Amino acid sequence: MSPELEFLQSAFRKYYFDNIESVEPPARISEREFGYMPFGSGMVRHLSVKTPGELSAMMLEQSPADAYCSNAAYAFPEAQMGQKDWRGAELIFDVDAKDLDLECRPGHACSRCASCGAARSGGGPCKCGGATESASFPCGRCIGAAKKEVSKLLGIMREDLGIEGAAVYFSGNEGFHVHVDEPAYARLDSRARAELCDYLSFRGATPESVGFARSGVKDPARHGEPGWRGRAAALLFPRSRRNKALKEAELAGRDAMQKRLEEISPLAGAVIDHRVTMDVHRIFRLPGTLNSKSGMAKVRCSDLAGFDPYSEACLIDSEPADIISDCPLEFRLRGRRFGPYSGEATVPRYAAAYMICKGFARVPETYR
Amino acid sequence: MIRLGRDELAKYPFLPDAGKYLADQGFTLEDLGTDPDLAGFMEEAVRRIEVAADGRVYSPPDSSLDASVFSFLLAVVLLRMTHAMTLVRRFSLAEARRAERHLERDLGSMQDGERERLALGIIEELFSISVSKTEEGVAIEAPDYLARASSFHEREWKLVNRRVDSGKVLLTAHETVRLLRAGISEYISERITSAPAPPRAAGFSGAVARLEELAARFHVPTAQSGEYPPCVKHAIEVLEKGQNLPHSGRFMLATYLISRGQGADQIAPLFKNAPDYNERVTRYQLNQIIRGRDGGPYSCPSCEKIKRDGLCFATPECDGIFHPGQFGVRRA
Repeated sequence: MSPELEFLQSAFRKYYFDNIESVEPPARISEREFGYMPFGSGMVRHLSVKTPGELSAMMLEQSPADAYCSNAAYAFPEAQMGQKDWRGAELIFDVDAKDLDLECRPGHACSRCASCGAARSGGGPCKCGGATESASFPCGRCIGAAKKEVSKLLGIMREDLGIEGAAVYFSGNEGFHVHVDEPAYARLDSRARAELCDYLSFRGATPESVGFARSGVKDPARHGEPGWRGRAAALLFPRSRRNKALKEAELAGRDAMQKRLEEISPLAGAVIDHRVTMDVHRIFRLPGTLNSKSGMAKVRCSDLAGFDPYSEACLIDSEPADIISDCPLEFRLRGRRFGPYSGEATVPRYAAAYMICKGFARVPETYR
Repeated sequence: MIRLGRDELAKYPFLPDAGKYLADQGFTLEDLGTDPDLAGFMEEAVRRIEVAADGRVYSPPDSSLDASVFSFLLAVVLLRMTHAMTLVRRFSLAEARRAERHLERDLGSMQDGERERLALGIIEELFSISVSKTEEGVAIEAPDYLARASSFHEREWKLVNRRVDSGKVLLTAHETVRLLRAGISEYISERITSAPAPPRAAGFSGAVARLEELAARFHVPTAQSGEYPPCVKHAIEVLEKGQNLPHSGRFMLATYLISRGQGADQIAPLFKNAPDYNERVTRYQLNQIIRGRDGGPYSCPSCEKIKRDGLCFATPECDGIFHPGQFGVRRA
């Protein structure tokens, strides 16, 4: 195992030793499939854990790079996939800043050349012509945009579907997981979940749904109507110019309206990763565990608006650590500014872990 | 449990109360095959199955409660004895359609609260789902709607195109029964296959022989090609077994075979075993797909879409392809 992985393993072990109560055991724990990724080797899956105590023991013993738990409940969670006997699955939505096409993103991306090893800000090929591996140091705007999508998602679920008790978690890297533990939705298969995702992201709406008929606009969506008709009315036929907008829509015709509906889909609907929600056998990062892409934890956000992941999810200790870093970007953790670096530095262990996880720091020779 | 009146028993003879009615009249199922006074019901039961096998909905010539309930129960016994799943599926679908008509009428009967209440009760009893009547129509819980409508191909059934409020989806009476059609059919089919098989009394043998002959007509030898991708093979297998293939699966199969140069004449027989097969409609739909739009036939959906529709049964040979048309081509 490399010194960097040993460094991370030690930091993660200390985190679990000091914060084991933060690891959140799921409901119906004995019916879940667990898995983890040890430092320096492949995924271990199809594990069964009977009690919260057993889960804590596993986390303390392994202190893995990543730990996961299925959203599904099974009769035989330890069996191979075909023999588990699926008993339903929580609905989980994934909102990730990297899926939001944000303008700020190129500004906090950096890359390392696989050939010459040079690190630099931005993406694209290296000057030496070698291929690069990129990483992102998401900024406050990225997190803010992801929060906005989560709020949109929660609003649509609450107003249209009557789902109130969704739990929001910071994923530990660039986004959020929204967990919905509603028995009525738990038995839905992949296809039904895909349909639900289309609803929440306003995908596949037809002009007829907002009032188009063969003969023109017949029953136009109105402001204040429940569901998508009301929300679409606000965007398509704004109150201040409703009559004019309706006439224009009628003149432009059905195809133009179809195009308009597709245009407003990402604005009106929640931008979520459909594949994640559709997968009813997936294992998800376990709440309270650390993410090896950042060293930050997956934590519950009780106050989404005020949540600051760079303070509240940055939970590795702050013992000083010596590193050699070529991190080309500045970033903030726990209210402190770090970087850019080009050489040796002594930083709190959480910042060292963050840079090592992103691939822009290493442990000095003297520690090897 | 709801209490059915005589009218409801005649309309929905597949509900458990119908069996109770038979006992209340002092008969057993065996009596239906042996009692000479009940011989007319035997002929009616066979007729009921024949009409269903033909893809039509049965209307009893005799509208009496006995005729409706007894001929249905006898038909169930005969199907149980015949062991022909194709007939069971066709009968179940036809009976579901018959029930649909009544259910739609009862659900929409604004003047008769009792009929409406019974219709809602029947839906709850059959499907264990909660439905209610509102000023705007029938309200069904969103998860119950999703579980059923997600297999429909038409965009109007997408949840995003429905009126949704506070966790409920609003439907017309017609849409409600359309949504539940497959469920009613499955319920009837399950009742038939789980019914106890009565001893094969002599009184039943003639009718059973007729039905065995009828079932033989539906055996379609279909050509299997090892070159088809697994999604297409699976769709063909489903149809061969006489099971229901969702619209998205039928579209995928038809577009794939058309892309392989087959015409409506070659493809239509594949659908012959589908429980709702209608040759005229099948040919019309195939020709619509062949005609397509912009001058060419509709193309086969991508692997991603097929996966989303739950129709993908990928094998290692599918690695790296993103369209069924690439199967085999890439491998070669």
